[in-house]
Order: sequence, then structure tokens, then C-alpha cells
Amino acid sequence: MAAPLTLVLIVAVTIRAVLFSSSLAEPLMERVEVVSPLNAWKRVVEGLALLDLGASPYSGDVFHETPLIIYLFHFVIDYADIVFMIADGITAVALYLAVQDYNKTVFRKQKYALEADRYPHDCLELIRTPKEMYYIPLKVALFYLLNPFTIFSCVAKSTCGLNNAVIALFILSTIKGSAFLSAVFLALATYQSIYPLTLFAPALLFLLQRLYIPVNFYRPSFWLFTLQYAVMYLGSLCVIVCLSFFLLSSWDFIPSVYGFILSVPDLTPNIGLFWYFFAEMFEHFRFFFICVFQINVFFYTIPLSIKLKEHPVFLIFMQIAIISIFKSYPTVGDISLYMAFLPVWSHLYRFLRNIFLVSCVMLACSALFPVLWHLWIYAGSANSNFYYAITLLFNVGQILLVSDYFYAFLRREHHLTHGLYLKRKDGSEATLVLK
Amino acid sequence: NLCTAALLAAVLVCGLTCASTAAAEEAITEEYESISNANEHVQAQDDYARSQKRREITEHDDDQNEPPPSSSSSSSSSSSSSSSPPSKDYFKEELVIRPLSSGDIYASFQFQTRWDTDFFAPGKKVSHYRLFPKSLGQLMSKFSVREMHVSFTQGYWRTMQWGQPFLPAPPGAELWVWFQDSVADVDGAWKELTNVLSGIFCASLNFIDSTNTVEPTASFKPLGVGNVTHQRFLRYAVLPREIVCTENLTPWKKLLPCGSKAGLAVLMKSEKLFHSSFLSLAVHIRPVCQDWGCKGTAWELRQTVNVVFDLHTTGQGKREWSFFKMFSRTLTEACPLATSSKVYIDVTDNPQGELFELNPAAPSLTQAVVLGDRRTYAVYDLMASGTFGLLRSLNVLLRWKTPVDMLRPLLHGERYVAGYGLQTGEIHTLIYNNHPYRAFPVLLLDIVPWYLRLYIHTLTVTSKSRENKPSYIHYQPSKDRLRPHLLEMLIQLPPNSVTEVTVQFERALLKWTEYTPDPNHGFYVGSSVISALVPSVVAMDTSYTLEHPLFSTFFPCKEESSYFVRVYTEPLLVNLPTPDFSMPYNVICLTCTVVAVGYGSLYNLLTRTFQVEEPSPGVVKRLANMIRYLRGVPLL
Repeated sequence: MAAPLTLVLIVAVTIRAVLFSSSLAEPLMERVEVVSPLNAWKRVVEGLALLDLGASPYSGDVFHETPLIIYLFHFVIDYADIVFMIADGITAVALYLAVQDYNKTVFRKQKYALEADRYPHDCLELIRTPKEMYYIPLKVALFYLLNPFTIFSCVAKSTCGLNNAVIALFILSTIKGSAFLSAVFLALATYQSIYPLTLFAPALLFLLQRLYIPVNFYRPSFWLFTLQYAVMYLGSLCVIVCLSFFLLSSWDFIPSVYGFILSVPDLTPNIGLFWYFFAEMFEHFRFFFICVFQINVFFYTIPLSIKLKEHPVFLIFMQIAIISIFKSYPTVGDISLYMAFLPVWSHLYRFLRNIFLVSCVMLACSALFPVLWHLWIYAGSANSNFYYAITLLFNVGQILLVSDYFYAFLRREHHLTHGLYLKRKDGSEATLVLK
Repeated sequence: NLCTAALLAAVLVCGLTCASTAAAEEAITEEYESISNANEHVQAQDDYARSQKRREITEHDDDQNEPPPSSSSSSSSSSSSSSSPPSKDYFKEELVIRPLSSGDIYASFQFQTRWDTDFFAPGKKVSHYRLFPKSLGQLMSKFSVREMHVSFTQGYWRTMQWGQPFLPAPPGAELWVWFQDSVADVDGAWKELTNVLSGIFCASLNFIDSTNTVEPTASFKPLGVGNVTHQRFLRYAVLPREIVCTENLTPWKKLLPCGSKAGLAVLMKSEKLFHSSFLSLAVHIRPVCQDWGCKGTAWELRQTVNVVFDLHTTGQGKREWSFFKMFSRTLTEACPLATSSKVYIDVTDNPQGELFELNPAAPSLTQAVVLGDRRTYAVYDLMASGTFGLLRSLNVLLRWKTPVDMLRPLLHGERYVAGYGLQTGEIHTLIYNNHPYRAFPVLLLDIVPWYLRLYIHTLTVTSKSRENKPSYIHYQPSKDRLRPHLLEMLIQLPPNSVTEVTVQFERALLKWTEYTPDPNHGFYVGSSVISALVPSVVAMDTSYTLEHPLFSTFFPCKEESSYFVRVYTEPLLVNLPTPDFSMPYNVICLTCTVVAVGYGSLYNLLTRTFQVEEPSPGVVKRLANMIRYLRGVPLL
């Protein structure tokens, strides 16, 4: 299996290296779909320039990266291309290993269930075979590395690629069962962009499941492990934040990074829902709607954790997808991370209801983004509404995609317990509805 | 009276905008008092002036070229009529006319009120005002202002065509103030001061806030005496969009001791002044030395008007200028309160009268070193009765015989925005050093509003297609909605070169309420300021011993080999991307719908469970069931 992965990696690096040296790299760095005020490379360079001038990079409102990023690029600024390629490689390999391990777990569980005869007899066609699962890890790596969104993000040197690498490492260490490393990487991901905070719940559920500790509020072992994991997480977060303080010896980065993410002062257009909404917002409702929109990202964690407590990896996928749709400064790099997981759920394909429509919408929107941007900003023949309409449609597409996968997942689980071919009371073929 | 009403309204408005209401009320009452006092004071002075006019004019008949002590005679004569003057004050007025090579004509009025008193002497409250306007005096003492410079300018000074002005000013309104070092809350004082000035000058100075105020470190040093030079006490702001109009000129004229009733100010007729290519009104207050030894300080109020009349619109294409043609008035008398009242005509290029002729011929000639050049001026002294001739009026006429060339200004600057589209752009500033063999350093000050996000790492400075690294850079990045970018650089200009400074920026999308009412007109970016000590062709006069004309003494001159010049570049007009202003409701509804679609579909899947759909019973059966339910009978 290592050979095809190496091949994919070589192909991916070659494509990126070619694009880095082509004339496409420069315009890509300005694309609002690919870079946001949070992760634009131009702003990283600006932060370093401000440091060179002897000013704090956070004294202005251009630089919003964390101090660790500035520290990293302080040393490797000349090798930035390579750093971003390595980050993509790390993400792909980490996801590859994680999914490989996860598939083994899934298969083992399925085997036990079959042996215990827990599946209804007509569900045999839902049973996953090792043959179809064999190429899934490779497909995941392929989906991440050769996704045009990832490639653009990498060539534009959006630091989103680094965040993705941290999240991938977090997933890997969680699935490998290392509670400490998982907590460290989760803390690092949270430190980078707050939102991965919601991944705490699925990681905890997965680790509990792995240790065969039932989620039972009356069991001390449950509370003990939860406490242990939370302390590790908060402790490493604390260490990282303090480390950042000592790097620049000021707390300026807190409002400049986290305040910036949460209060959305920069309304530069992007593919998300925030920019136009808050550009057109009435001033006295602004605070209210900021709260509503930000809570919206964190809101789904608890109900989803309850519903999916047996399936934490699917929960991770759902959370990453929700974050990338509803976060304040989304870029295509965020989307590529959850899209990499789609091959893992290839067995849900038969239950997807509108995958064709969604794919068409996503493809059409991806093509229309640059077109309508050009019409608005350069040609002047369109206005902001055109671009806004496309972001709306793109987000509807993403929401449909995610909810469709969620639906399919729940439906398959339902069939696995109740049988695939359901009958009505009168014996005719039944249709399933949500009630 | 109309304008007094307008002033009062403006003061009330400015008072409303004041943060602290108590302070504001105090300011309003004080301000109102001071304004009404100032008006009364002007009227009283006028009455006084009429009675004293004859006598003073005859007194000053024969001392036209005397140094400042000459003024003491008038002040002593006036002091003998009033009981006991607390301190001495003088008023001088001056008009300089410089024919420009383009055929346009430059007229610069300077009015100086000097008062040998100290506003800030401990335990002494200055309450008796004579020539110094009370409104400004109270303002100075209330806000502990050490130095104040305010200018209102319409049009752009074209340095390449017109040379250097006596008093440079950027288009729009410019205000810079040095506070006393005793001021603790400089920002608060600045805020109140701008509101009060806004009322005094009927201008939009109340729009000065933290987003357009900066503290330059090097470009704006105090022009008066004093030793506080920490930029903490300095505030500088420009409003490039400010429109200058009659409503600004009227309160400006009321600050003069004679108003516009006598003296040179008679010429300031607004319909003529505003029908010009360039008009700049300014008020400068600063402490100056009382005497050559500088034992005590005096307050100098300098009011200036600089105006350029266009050859084609005002002169109807004929190179023939007279007072009447320019101002549609002639001079009939000096301001009776003035100790000196003179008209200077620049005749340097015309020593023998071969280029143009002056009519009436000038009674005397004088020389002055100004802006690094020794110039010859024809002088008409309005204190001398012979000046006015038989018609009792002075209408100087300049009639050209042949076209002329102009000395190229040694330093000048240009600025423009490059790039297309509404996403990014690049500001180019070109600084020309036209000196054939001397290099000299200049300070470049750029203030860019926050919504153009500058990327300082893209800053390049090139001279003669080679990189020219600035020896000093002070960069203060902007804060969104709080403060602008401030960029100050010290650049060495090689001789006979063009230095290009470029920096890239990104245009921000603002909230819909932050746009101006005409957002597609664009946003103004104030002029950048180039300050320099330019090597002088002739030795500059650094001595205080001689009496200089007012126009040559504005910028203090410390060394003989160079002179100070401030050049303002063009303001920029930059377009920003705009949202659609007509549809906030639609956007709120549509975005909320999308969020609701997300919420709804997840909510559905989270709360509902899969069930087998049973065929729904027919209408008749349902109706029957409903009736049976009401009757309490088991359902079918």
C-alpha cells in the first residue's frame, strides 16, 4: 500500500511545484475564495515586515496569525513553498493512516456483530467487504492531495493548510488511541482558529469507546477519563498560549486573533455567509446577530454528540463540515478537509438523495466565483449581489451535501437494525419517512 | 447677522457632538459670549477707527520704512486715549502680488496681529482684548494651545506651473495643533477644540476624529518658540473633502481688527475670491519672540489668504491684471488700526519694466530673500497719502509686453493611484529634485485612511532606477475604524532626479452605513506632505535685526544655506467596492434563510426517527373518525 501512496504524494508535489513556479501563483494569492484575512500569505509577510520595523505585528489590523506561525515563518520564510507542500503531505499521510486504522476497527466491529447475528438477514448487501474497503485510505489521500481546492490553497500559501495538517494529526492520534497527543493537537488546532474546540466531544467519545468505557454519567470511570482528557487539553492549550505570550511578551495577539475571529470586523468578501450579512446589517442589531451566527457554529455539537455517540468518527466529519460552512472566514482549504472524508462514507452512496444536484451546484458555483468576482470588481458590470448570490448557493450546496450524508448515515443504521426491505402492515413495500 | 445665526447654530451643533455635556454647555456659553463680544469689539473698533482714522494716517505719513518700534507711536497714541493698556499689540497687513509665468496671478494677503502678552502666566487671567480676537484668545487659554495652524483650501497648488507658495496648504481643511505640555488629556482637548473651531469657522472640523488624526514624529515641528517637541502634544488632521465657501470666509474676516470695512481686507469680495483656481484661507497662531534677544514671548496671529486668479476665467485671456479686475474693488485706505499696511508687487523678472508695466508707478522698491531666492518688490505703502493719488483710490495695473519663463521649483511632488479593479491598488508618489548638483533629504508624510490597507512590505523607494533605502521610517499601522496609517520617511533625493515611492494597498469593503452619501464618487485620501530644507541659491537672512516683509518670515530660518519648504501633493480619490445599499432587508432575510436551511435540516435529522409510512386514510374515513372522536365512540 505504501507504493501507491508514495506515487500520489509525488504527483501532488509535482503539481504544486509546477504551479508555484508558474504565473498562476501570484493571482491565486489575491483570490478571496482561497485566502481570507485570517490566513493570507501577504499578511504573514506583512507581519514579519512589521517585526523587522520594530513594531508589534498586532499593532495594526492586517496581521491576524498566531505568534507560533510568525515564529515558524521567521525561520523558514525562504522555504515557505516547501513548508506548505510538506503540510499538505502530512495531512494526506495522517488521514491515510487514520482511515486505515478506522477501517480496521469498523471491520472488526462488523465481524463481531455478524458473529453475534445482530444484523437482520436481508441486510447482507449492506455489509462492507474488505475488498471495497481496501482502497479507501488511498482514495482519502487522493481526494485531499489532488482536490483543486487543496492545490489552490497550497499554491496561494494560505496558512489554512497548516491548520488542516494539525487537525489531521489530531484525528490520527485520536484514532490511534493516544489521548495525550490527541489533546495536544486539539489544543494546537483550537489555538490556531478557536472553532476546532467542538472536536473535543467526538475525540472524547472515540477514546472512551476505544477504552470500553460506556458513556454513563453515573460511572466514575467515565468522569475520571473525561477529566483526565480535559485537563490534558486545557493544560496544553494553556502552555501554548503562555508560550505565545513569551515569544512576543504581550497579550496583544488575543484580541487581534480571537477577537478578530469572533467579532468579524473585516468584511472582505469570501465564500462564507458573514461578510455581506454584516456589511448590510443595521448597527444596533449587529452584536445580536454576531452572537447568533457564532453560537450557530458551536450549537450543533451537543445534539450531534448525543445522536452519534456510537460513531465518533462520523461526528468528527460532521463537525469539521459544520465549522467550514459556518465559520466567520471560511476558505476553500477548509472545505477540502471535510471533502477528503467523503470516500470513507462511500458505502452510504445508495442512500444519498440529491448527490447529483449538489455536485452540480458545487461545480457550477466554483466556476462562477471567479466569473462574478471579475464582473463586480474589475468589469464593473455586476454588483456585489451577484457574488453574494453565488456564496449563498454554494453554502446551500454544502449544507445539502452534509445533511444528505447525515441522512444516509442514519438511514443505513436504521436499516442495519430493522432490515433493508421494510413492509407495511398490509404487506406492501414500505417507504421510510422521518417522523 | 445671518452668519451670526449660522455661527450660533454651528456652535450649538458642535456642542451637541461634544462628549461631555457639562463641558460642552460651558463651551457653548463661553463661545457664544466670545463671538458676540468679538462682534461688538469689531463694531466698537470700527466706530473708534472712523474717528481716529484721519489723525493716524497723518501720523504715519512719513515713517514708511521704519522697523517695529515705529508701531509704538501708534500704540502709545491709542493708549493715551484709552486708560491703561495691559500690554502692547500691533497689527500689520500686507498684500503680495506675484505674476506667474503661466499668465495667472498670485495674490497673498497676510495679516499679523502681535500681542506681547502671556496667556499662560500663572495667576493672571487675560480678559482685556484689543486687537487680538477674543474668540481665539479664549480658545487658546481654555485648551492650553501653544500653536495652532488651520487652513481651508479650495483647489490644488500647481507647483510646477506656479512655483512655491508663500504658505503651502493641502486641498480641503488642515488643522494641526501643538498643546502645552501641561495638558494631561490631549485627545480630549483636541476633540473639544475641533468642535469649537468648527463653530468659529463654520467648517466641518467636527468630523475630525481618531480615524483621521495622527501624531507625526518629524514632519510638523513647532514653528514658534518653545521647547516641547514630543509628538505626544501634537495632533494633525486633514479633511480632504472639505469644501471652502463664503461661510468660512465671513467668520475669518471678522477676526480682523478692521473686519472687511477698511484696509486690504476690503478687496476680499467673496464672489471674486471664490471664482479662482486656488484659494486658501488660513489662521496661524504661535508664540514668537518679543524682541531680538527673545526675552519674552509674544503671541502672533497670522491670517492669510492665498489666491490664484486664472488667466482665462478671470482675466479673459488677456495678460493684464489690476486690483479691480481681480477683486472688483480698489483700495482707498489702510486699516486705521494697522501699524503697517503695504502692497508688494514682485517685479524681479522685470527690473527695467521691459516685461510689464506698473500703473501707477511704484513709489519704492525693496528686496527680500524668500524661498531661497532674492526677489525685488515694488512697494505701495497705504499709510502714505500720496499712494492713493487724486482719485483717493489705488488700483495697481500690471500690463505685459512679452511672455516670460519661470524659475523651476527645486522641489515638487506628485501622487497617483495605479492599478485597476476594486480589490488592490498601488500609491505612487513622485518627488522631483530639480537642483542640478545638490542632493538633499526630504521628509515624506503619508496619512492613509484605514479602509485602504497598506502593505508596508511592498514599500519601494527608487531614484534613478536604483533602490534608495530611506534612512528613517516611522510606520504606524492602522486600526480598523480607529486610526489611519501613518508613514513617515526620510529620503535622500539625489540631484536632478525623480524619486518614486510606491506602496500597495487593499481596498476594504465597509459596512453600508460607513459609506459617504455618494459612495461611487470615491473616497478622498489627504495629500502627502513633503517637508524639506532645500539648498538655497542665495544666502538666507537669519538675522532678526532687519525688518522683513511678513510673507518672507513665516517659516523660521536657522541657517543661511537652506530654506524650509513644505510641498503638498494632490489628494487621491479612490473607489471602494460597495455593497448594494438598497437591500439590507433582502440580505438579512436571504442569509438567515440559508442558516435556517442548515439548522432545519440538521434539526430534522437530529430530532426525528425513521418510521414506515402507513397509507393515510381517505377523507370520508377521517371525517367519520373525527365525529366518532367527539362522540367518545371508539374510532374505526
